Amino acid sequence: MTFASIIIQLLNGLAAAASLFLVSAGLSLIFGVTRIVNFAHGSLYMLGLYGAYSLIQALGRTPMGFWTSVVLAALAVGLVGVLIEVLILRRIYKAPELFQLLATFAVVLVIKDIALFVWGAEDLVGPRAPGLSTVEILGRRIPTYDLLLIAIGPMVLLAMWLLLTRTRWGALVRAATQDREMVGALGVDQAKLFTSVFFVGAVLAGLGGALQIPREPANLELDLSVIADAFVVTVVGGLGSIGGAFLAAVLIGVAKAFCIGIGTVNWFGAEIVFSKLTLVVEFLIMAIVLVVRPFGLLGKPQAAQRIAADPAPPLTVPSWTFVLIGLALLLVVPIATDRYVTILLTDIFCFALFAVSLHFIMGPAGMVSFGHAAYFGLGAYAAGLLLKRAGLPMEMALVLAPLVAGAFAVVYGWFCVRLSGVYLAMLTLAFAQISWSIVFQWDSFTGGSNGVFGVWPSAWLAGKTTYYYLALAFCGAGIALLWRVLFSPFGYALRAGRDSALRAEAIGIDLRAYQWMAFVLVGALAGLAGAVYAFSKGSISPSTISIAQSTDGLIMVLLGGVETLTGPLAGAAIFTWLRDEVARRTEFWRAVMGLVILAIVLLFPQGLVGGLKALTQRWREARSWEKTV
Amino acid sequence: MGKDGMSAVLQVEGLHKSFGGVQAVADVSFAVDAGELLALIGPNGAGKSTCFNMLNGQLAPDDGIVRFEGRDIVGLKPRQIWRLGVGRTFQITATFASLSVRENVQMALYSHAGRLRSLLGRFGRAFTAEADALLGQVGMLDQAERPCGVLAYGDLKRVELAMALANQPRLLLMDEPTAGMAPKERVALMELAARLARAQKVAVLFTEHDMDVVFSQADRIIVLDRGQLIAGGTPQEVRANPNVQAVYLGSSH
Amino acid sequence: MLTRNTFLAGAAALVALSVVAPAGAQAPIKIGELNSYKVFPAFLEPYKKGFELAVEEVNAAGGVLGRKIEVVSRDDNGNPGDAVRVAEELLSREGASFLVGTFPSNVGLAVADFAKQRKVLFIAAEPLTDKIVWDQGNAYTFRLRTSTYMQTAMLIPDAVKLNKKRWAIVYPNYEYGQSATAAFKKLLSAKQPGVEFVTEQATPLGKIDAGAVVQALADAKPDAIFSSLFGPDLAKFVREGQQRGVFKGVEVFNLLAGEPEYLDPLKEETPDGWYVTGYPWSELKTPEHTKFLDAYQAKYKDYPRLGSVVGYATIMSAVAIIKKAGSLDQDKLIAAASGITVLTPFGMVEYRPIDHQSTMGAYVGKLGVKDGKGYMKEWRFVDGKDVLPSDAEIKEMRPAK
Repeated sequence: MTFASIIIQLLNGLAAAASLFLVSAGLSLIFGVTRIVNFAHGSLYMLGLYGAYSLIQALGRTPMGFWTSVVLAALAVGLVGVLIEVLILRRIYKAPELFQLLATFAVVLVIKDIALFVWGAEDLVGPRAPGLSTVEILGRRIPTYDLLLIAIGPMVLLAMWLLLTRTRWGALVRAATQDREMVGALGVDQAKLFTSVFFVGAVLAGLGGALQIPREPANLELDLSVIADAFVVTVVGGLGSIGGAFLAAVLIGVAKAFCIGIGTVNWFGAEIVFSKLTLVVEFLIMAIVLVVRPFGLLGKPQAAQRIAADPAPPLTVPSWTFVLIGLALLLVVPIATDRYVTILLTDIFCFALFAVSLHFIMGPAGMVSFGHAAYFGLGAYAAGLLLKRAGLPMEMALVLAPLVAGAFAVVYGWFCVRLSGVYLAMLTLAFAQISWSIVFQWDSFTGGSNGVFGVWPSAWLAGKTTYYYLALAFCGAGIALLWRVLFSPFGYALRAGRDSALRAEAIGIDLRAYQWMAFVLVGALAGLAGAVYAFSKGSISPSTISIAQSTDGLIMVLLGGVETLTGPLAGAAIFTWLRDEVARRTEFWRAVMGLVILAIVLLFPQGLVGGLKALTQRWREARSWEKTV
Repeated sequence: MGKDGMSAVLQVEGLHKSFGGVQAVADVSFAVDAGELLALIGPNGAGKSTCFNMLNGQLAPDDGIVRFEGRDIVGLKPRQIWRLGVGRTFQITATFASLSVRENVQMALYSHAGRLRSLLGRFGRAFTAEADALLGQVGMLDQAERPCGVLAYGDLKRVELAMALANQPRLLLMDEPTAGMAPKERVALMELAARLARAQKVAVLFTEHDMDVVFSQADRIIVLDRGQLIAGGTPQEVRANPNVQAVYLGSSH
Repeated sequence: MLTRNTFLAGAAALVALSVVAPAGAQAPIKIGELNSYKVFPAFLEPYKKGFELAVEEVNAAGGVLGRKIEVVSRDDNGNPGDAVRVAEELLSREGASFLVGTFPSNVGLAVADFAKQRKVLFIAAEPLTDKIVWDQGNAYTFRLRTSTYMQTAMLIPDAVKLNKKRWAIVYPNYEYGQSATAAFKKLLSAKQPGVEFVTEQATPLGKIDAGAVVQALADAKPDAIFSSLFGPDLAKFVREGQQRGVFKGVEVFNLLAGEPEYLDPLKEETPDGWYVTGYPWSELKTPEHTKFLDAYQAKYKDYPRLGSVVGYATIMSAVAIIKKAGSLDQDKLIAAASGITVLTPFGMVEYRPIDHQSTMGAYVGKLGVKDGKGYMKEWRFVDGKDVLPSDAEIKEMRPAK
């Protein structure tokens, strides 16, 4: 790269960082105060872009019309944020941690279909910034608007800093970020504070989107692509740190621009294509930052986080009677029903094991994973590649695949157990994304973006009924094993460590070693789920390692209820079945899914099984009270 | 302090710790004998917690020696120190909220026996009698089945004490053992701890705010102020010490 | 208690699942269709309209084999795993006779492999990947759309004619972009020895950093650029490049950019003079296209996109195959499909016996701007059969049965 191109790429990176910073600052603010992982933040950004597009159509392509539209769009998105907070989230602050993530996930689905309904499927290309042309720098032309964006980033940072340090509201926000309960104890109206924080956070997201109007067509994929980036920036910067978010956005924006600028280089005869790194560079940066600085660039260790919810209740062992009846029913399914039920149930078995393994790590072991699909997908790939590339028999591949997934968990887990909370969760995501990008790009070995084909079971297992029983046996055994381990001394030690790491250490438990082992165990079993899944489909593609797959797992666990053993099973079954069922009934199935999930969230804040449990409890109490009267 | 250092269970010499240029603990030395209750007192911010956390491995001292039964334990992790025979309770109770009272104590017993690594056995089958014996000692046997998450604070302190005694420690470190309890309970709990310690010849080092507890239960008292030891001796000696009266008792009582 | 409730919920689910749609004796012939409707709505909404028009026309004309046809459509979520599941549902529960559809390459390939395993006919409608008929080709899979290789090859004559020495390449970083790039480099090098490829940019799909990318391309000082970007990536690329004056004096070739799905959003921003493949729907005057266009506009009050043509031609192909087979037996269907000719809005196409690729062509031309809208100018139709590799090359690539 010449000096001129270095400077220009630096400017490009800084311009790209501006919007990223705005969205991330909003996300960071909301998380800091409310501890809500707002999955819908990307949707707010998307709405900002769409809103600005429509407003400019209405107000005209003049500088006045443009800037008015940008501001109005941001404010309108702020109101959407308030709506989300008041109508949904306020009702579930006391739910177990992360449950709010389920609600915001549902909001994503609903907003996406609303946007499709209102604005249509076609990409909407907004106008260039009226009144702004280009400037020449070192013989290259660069849009004036980009320079403006570069200035807007620090300006917003300054404004936020003033707001947070010079106003009473800011003082409250900072206090709440440090210790949410203390603010409640000081007699501050928490509800109002949360609503206002949501408003400001949503305005920032909306502004980030609206400002992109001259640079990015409004389209329906923006929500999820932005949310991933925003999470990364927030975590790399350090949760709750606006300055950190700025630093991280700049770091990532500039790193991407330089990957592009450097292009392809030859180092010692090896060709390295830097532009291909743009697929994963933010996750690489995140992994490195978190390994070196476990709380992000400018983050501080979180104050011992007292969750608003009660501590986790004791686990109860599922009763043998019902397990056996359930099993007996599943055994007769292929005889009693049509072929498709066995197909759907085979899927459900795989997802059930996947969800149970995720539940094991995030519930009893207390380590939330946002990248659990890594092990599911790597297990699937191991099965496929052992069959197709190594030429092993299918039976062997199926048995070895979990070991491969477990081996990856050995490496990834070693780093992850050194972190905690959201940082840990994001490092798991980083590893999942790094795995995904390697699988996605290693054409000669993994089949690249297409994947691996012809991964079918051996002839004697190929019948759908036979394979159904195989899936039931393997996944059932996997689930039984995990449940069994939860009640073993090892499982109790994990739960003890989740309840109080301090006490666990003080009675001689090497918690990290236990957590690492747990990681490997669930990695292997998620890998088993992936392998069974692969052979049921005949093909594997990178989507088995994708963020979407990880998210599905989280949704299943949260939907069923993280505090019960059978919750993940119910969650996996209902989520898979619902998606299958709703998708064929309506064109706007995403919105319907979202609304169904929202209904569950609001009716059963402990998840489905947890909620049913509480209901029966209440019913029993009522009945015994009646008897005594 | 004129104790025979070599026979002491815990011996601390020249402990130093500073945070960003601020001396939190400076040149602190003392010793605790088996069966002896030593109270470490001092006003807020005197460095008690810092001092405590250096003894059990949570903080690394900048300088100084901490000997447990003659062995230097500086640099060891908390769990390693526990394995040597040091029990501990926390200022804010730390128990396993989702496990029952009995399981909490069993957890310590399993850990002590090195039997936590089993993946397939069923937790809770072993050490039931031992756990119940310990719970009986602290008066919590009737609540053995209840999850710790629902216990009253005073009861949690008792559970902690039972857990701390599970590995038959020769030294017990108790950080504010009665903090957050009702005044009546405080003396009762500390009496219980004292009785158990003396019966089993356990050396006890505790910090405490409640002077009634300190002066009624401690065999000896050492006083920390701004990171330095300013006095030490029997309760009578310390009560009479003008330094202590000036910096501590004068302001707090 | 919780287990009983789970169990009850599960039982209820099972009951709901086992309600099977009854299939009458003279019920319509069901064609199972699956596509990634929610993931690629811009292309697939017009596609759906296209196939619905075809169904209407076929049934108005009395159906086929004396029965009406019905398309049972499912969303595969853009995910191969889900696609295989809904494909199975279409066959085993809905009683579909065979499968059509799919958009992304990985889904198309997964369903193709599934069709082979299940031994059912599959007409891949949209996937562009060359592998579906070549490297991964199988006896049961046929593909309608003009493939990546074919579209790339269509642009080669113009590229050769310009005789530019320094080429820069930009492509979306997945199979389609990689194949297009590989095919372009191979074909151009063969025709124009000494051509240089000075830089390559692989951009993440949907997330191009357009400013940085155009700058990096410009830094390599190319005479010409070959791009296979589409959708939002294309729009961003065009805007940044135009604003920064990077395209001045540089010839640009862009696959697919003339398709209304991708061209129309560009509006007044449409880059003048780019060489593209596409679909100049308003200017086609062939009788088969006029008929299609009139019917489409009458039904939907909207103009067709390329997806509409593909959807329409897919169903027309399916019906022609059923008619020729005279039965719904898979072996007969496969035999009928091999070498069948079908009239589409783009003229007659043949599903070649050698690789099951249809000879559907595409329009090659240059982009222009008129009244604030993009359009294709100086276009010509290129028949698919003229841009396919030799039979020997195909035999080399395609696995033996």
